[in-house]
Amino acid sequence: MLRFFYEHWIMIDNEIQLTVIDRDDKEHVINAPTDMNLNIMEICKASDLPIEGTCGGMALCASCHVYVLSDHELQQPSEDEEDMLDQAFFVEPNSRLCCQIRIQDQIDGIKVKLAPVS
Amino acid sequence: MIKTDILIVGAGPVGLFTVFEAGLLKLRCHLVDALPIPGGQLAEIYPKKPIYDIPGYPSILAGDLVDNLMKQIEPFQPKFTLGERVESLVQVEDKLYEVQTNKGTKIQAPVIAIAAGLGCFEPRKPPIEDLEKYEDKGVDYIIKDPEKFRDKKLLIAGGGDSALDWTIELSDIASEVTLIHRRTSFKGALDSVDKVLELARAKKVNLITEAQAIGVGGNGVLREVRIKSKQNGEFIHYVDNFIPLFGLSPKLGPIAEWGLNIKRSSITVDPSDYSTGVPGIYAIGDINDYPGKLKLILCGFHEGTLMVQSAFKYIYPEAKLSFKYTTVSGVNGFED
Repeated sequence: MLRFFYEHWIMIDNEIQLTVIDRDDKEHVINAPTDMNLNIMEICKASDLPIEGTCGGMALCASCHVYVLSDHELQQPSEDEEDMLDQAFFVEPNSRLCCQIRIQDQIDGIKVKLAPVS
Repeated sequence: MIKTDILIVGAGPVGLFTVFEAGLLKLRCHLVDALPIPGGQLAEIYPKKPIYDIPGYPSILAGDLVDNLMKQIEPFQPKFTLGERVESLVQVEDKLYEVQTNKGTKIQAPVIAIAAGLGCFEPRKPPIEDLEKYEDKGVDYIIKDPEKFRDKKLLIAGGGDSALDWTIELSDIASEVTLIHRRTSFKGALDSVDKVLELARAKKVNLITEAQAIGVGGNGVLREVRIKSKQNGEFIHYVDNFIPLFGLSPKLGPIAEWGLNIKRSSITVDPSDYSTGVPGIYAIGDINDYPGKLKLILCGFHEGTLMVQSAFKYIYPEAKLSFKYTTVSGVNGFED
């Protein structure tokens, strides 16, 4: 389904850009639509980046752990997200589960780095 | 030796429903799952979450769906081997496979249906350098026998129920228990949290919060864990045992070595009957992949339904299979 979205993004005006740094420190600049109720985890998966997203985006696993490198003002993590971050490793103050970061105008230009796999 | 018609690897929703469809064709099933309970991800990851796309149910809790499936397949008397992981697969004769689990259970069947979802759930291991070198030499992810830790100096890591429960239980057994957690608040049940805080106040448990284990060291056996703390920076904590308890995560496991066509942790199948290309071996549900694949429970139900038709023809190539509606013929379970 995500692949389907991806192919159709070119037709969409409401886009933001994000940068994802993979575990080999390679930068991927990705355009993402703001009007499809997507999150960063889904965008990463659709872009074939190595992110599991095991639970499908419910903040019920810790497999989409990223570090937010840019200084965007994000909504504070929910209690559920904090609880799940307890199961992640190498958690830093800028750690987030990227399934909980919505693709919206406020995060245009965001830069995240994938955390080590556990 | 257990013998069955279809050995189903994985007791998640798709594996469970496949028992029903197989039963309608008079095929018996045996299920193996690494988890100690049936239900797979539904039971392990999100039992209390609602699912909205099961046909006929505007909303159903994942745990309830598992209960309903168990009830639905009851007439077909499925057998379960739970808490064991499938390891090896060998062909013992024409149209007969033998699968062995990590605990030595052997099951023979002409057909294997791999309904293993994302793989089997295993303890999540911290990606700490050299940690694996100390497994069973001071590092444990699962506690089987608490007595093993009598009079030892323990470091338990984690903030969920299992970390809290074991901290409480082992505080009576070990000589010293330290719990390390990345935050000051805990996720576990309230009374467990209270109990741990009480033990900490009574100095029966050491609590290191806002800290994480980042390294291990020793000389053949574990001696020390390096800790990074928000307040105190990096320091060494001397221990006999380090017990990281960070929940479970799915891994493909030994199935990856079964000679199937695996791409990105999924088994490539023929979308007409979900066969793998290896005769008698099928893959259904989240673990398979084919053009247009959607990882949905309802798609897995469909896949299991078509798969057992193909399995029947594979087991009994001469037999005729007449298609019947359950509304017309009812559900005729097995007698014994």
